[in-house]
Amino acid sequence: MSRYLPLFGFALLLALFGFGIWWNTQHDPNEVPSPLINKPAPAFDLPTLDDPAHLVSKASLLGKPYLLNVFASWCIACGEEHPVLMAEGRSLGIPVIGYNYKDQPQDAKDWLRTHGNPYDLVIADFPGRTAINFGVYGAPESFLIDAHGVIRYKHIGPFTPKIISQELKPAIAALAQETR
Amino acid sequence: MTPELGQLALILALLLALAQSVLPLIGAWRNNHALMAVARPAAAGQAVFVALAFGILAWAFMTFDFSVQYVADNSNLALPWYYRFAAVWGAHEGSLLLWVLILNVWTLALAMFSQNLPEVFASRVLAVMGLIAVGFLVFTLFTSDPFGRLLPMPADGADLNPILQDPGMTTHPPMLYMGYVGFSVAFSFAIAALLGGELEKAWIRWARPWTNVAWGFLTLGIVAGSWWAYGELGWGGWWFWDPVENASFMPWLAGLALIHAQAITEKRGSLRAWTILLSIVAFSLSLLGTFLVRSGVLTSIHAFASDPRRGLYILIFLGIVIGASLLLYALRAPKIAHGKPFNVLSRETAMLIGNLMFVVAAAMVLLGTLFPLIADALHLGRISVGQPYFGLLFPLLMTPVILLMPFGPFLRWGHGEPAVLKAVLLRIGSAAVVCAIVAAFFVHGQVKAILGTAAAVWVGFGVALYAYKRWREFPRGRRYPAEMAGMLLAHFGVAVFLVGVLLSEALSVTTDVRMAPGDAHEVGGYSFRFDGAQQTTGPNWHAEQGTVTVTRNGRQIAVMHPQKRTYPRGQVQTESAVKAGLTRDLYVALGEPMDANNVRGAWSLRLYYKPFIRWIWGGGVLMMLGGFTCALDKRFRLKRQAAVVATTGNEPAPALRPQENTA
Repeated sequence: MSRYLPLFGFALLLALFGFGIWWNTQHDPNEVPSPLINKPAPAFDLPTLDDPAHLVSKASLLGKPYLLNVFASWCIACGEEHPVLMAEGRSLGIPVIGYNYKDQPQDAKDWLRTHGNPYDLVIADFPGRTAINFGVYGAPESFLIDAHGVIRYKHIGPFTPKIISQELKPAIAALAQETR
Repeated sequence: MTPELGQLALILALLLALAQSVLPLIGAWRNNHALMAVARPAAAGQAVFVALAFGILAWAFMTFDFSVQYVADNSNLALPWYYRFAAVWGAHEGSLLLWVLILNVWTLALAMFSQNLPEVFASRVLAVMGLIAVGFLVFTLFTSDPFGRLLPMPADGADLNPILQDPGMTTHPPMLYMGYVGFSVAFSFAIAALLGGELEKAWIRWARPWTNVAWGFLTLGIVAGSWWAYGELGWGGWWFWDPVENASFMPWLAGLALIHAQAITEKRGSLRAWTILLSIVAFSLSLLGTFLVRSGVLTSIHAFASDPRRGLYILIFLGIVIGASLLLYALRAPKIAHGKPFNVLSRETAMLIGNLMFVVAAAMVLLGTLFPLIADALHLGRISVGQPYFGLLFPLLMTPVILLMPFGPFLRWGHGEPAVLKAVLLRIGSAAVVCAIVAAFFVHGQVKAILGTAAAVWVGFGVALYAYKRWREFPRGRRYPAEMAGMLLAHFGVAVFLVGVLLSEALSVTTDVRMAPGDAHEVGGYSFRFDGAQQTTGPNWHAEQGTVTVTRNGRQIAVMHPQKRTYPRGQVQTESAVKAGLTRDLYVALGEPMDANNVRGAWSLRLYYKPFIRWIWGGGVLMMLGGFTCALDKRFRLKRQAAVVATTGNEPAPALRPQENTA
């Protein structure tokens, strides 16, 4: 019987690989589950893009849920995401706050002027230090933060209409359920 | 027009590969000589067309034919010609073509040198090689065509991945593939033997040099990859237990076991089934390596862009090739498995223990590599396995091997003598202890370094002792036949490797420092003075280049120029500066400017003092040379008579000869 052992072991291996290929079609292999989900969002204190003297802090945004969308004018994938946010941003029912990441203020302003501004408010993080606390490793990335300042959902990469309707909107609806 | 010719050449090669595999198999089954005779010309024709396809792709790179998608993706006008040539195998499609080309080189060599094998056996071996080629050519043509067009044609191409623009990296894949693909020869032998239901010792003897050469190339490929990682990745490491490295390491371990198992089977006739199984396993692990790198099942820093369709194809291919081989093994192994019994105290036992350790180590590496996938399957969450797992288990598994290694050659086949062992143990044991005590004073009591010295002396002195024994007891000319010399070289390589690994790990000094121009910093007794950084440019990059002057006791040792290169598409690549030496490397990597606006000011730098690190690759090169030297042995070439004698049924006579030089 031991002669069949190698064959049996290989069958197990094959099953595992088959699973791996199937799993990869279901999941983004680069997705890292954020340790921040269901944890309070890191505190921040950042100027708005339009007025560097006007600081926005985490505390000042408490009280109702909002979507924090990390973007930059140098980021190509943000250009893909932009029309989606322009079309669907308003229909989310919560404020969308732009988080301008490692970007020259003038570049960011020009970018928003040419392509349109889907944001209710834009805060700027030129040095990118606060973004480290958020675990941002690229743009675009988005965080859904609830009324108590807790991160409830995170998406890496550009939003597509499908992801908005299948992931983001249900997450927002779930938040609305809780507060009721 | 020429790229289409390349595609056509691949299609013709596929048809010839089909002829090479199917017709001789039928011929061997029906004893039809005409059909068996198809194997050689078909193999030659296939090689011509594959070489043509490869040449056409290389020509497209040389002439900047950006209308070919693959060329446009992996080269541009500024890329120097040698990197454009290396770009042929710089990504998935072309590297697959290289794989097929190298398979054809091996098949051609096999077709040429197998004239003296029995006709039925030789045609089966060539047919199995043809079947492998069919699988890879279908894969190339249907999922990974390197000749696909890109219209409209861009004015300039993208770029070859900058981390591949390095001499070490251009040679690494061809050498690695020479090794991977080389194991297909032993594999084809095993399958042909299983199909025929018999295994002559003479055939094993004939297969041995092929395995040794393949293993030598694989060793060289791994050494080149490791050397590249050391210089290019900028943090002075030489092995990372990355899934892709593991993918090359597993066949290496299985091949190492196979080399020794083949020696036992050839000399003693024992362990035939085990040798056959290892032949299948070594090549299966090579195929698995190809699968892991290309399927996207595991994520890794140097994985190719993944495509589920490709992954599925390779999976089915693996299932057919390996599944069928193992099934054949299960059904047929009892027919060929018989051999002489041997004593517990014998060379066979020592080699078998080594064999088991290599196989267990390969399984351990496989488990660690696949563990993230297993964790996904069992919903254990994202788990990555790295240095702590491999770094503990691998040395543990290799300890018995190191301990047994010096005794192997002193033991006789069949039954060893305890008295000889005691004498050897006394000498190498005392030598190792004395050297360890002396070393303890130099290394300030670092346990790992002391152990390293002891282990290296244990192995190295054991090898020297055996070499001396042969010098004393054998007449000139018979002392070191190539097989013996190769064994001594490779085993001595292990001693050198042990010095490199254990001493460099224990005694290396690493510092991350902030340095302004003029600042100096002391590392490992050397003073590193930073003289500022300035802009410099190369053919297709521009860089910040630091100047670091190293002095010792006021005497200048080296002026080093670490770079931080920026390639056209914005990729940043560290080029560390290394001052190599026999007993130590000095290594400087440029970090980041401390003030982004003042590039010429202060920088963060990494300074390393790495004693004996070169010995790691030196040991690897010795092992490789050992593998090649073994293959040169005249005994393997005597197969002309041997094969003839074997087929006429008078087999023991030539088999006795080797015993003279293996005492």
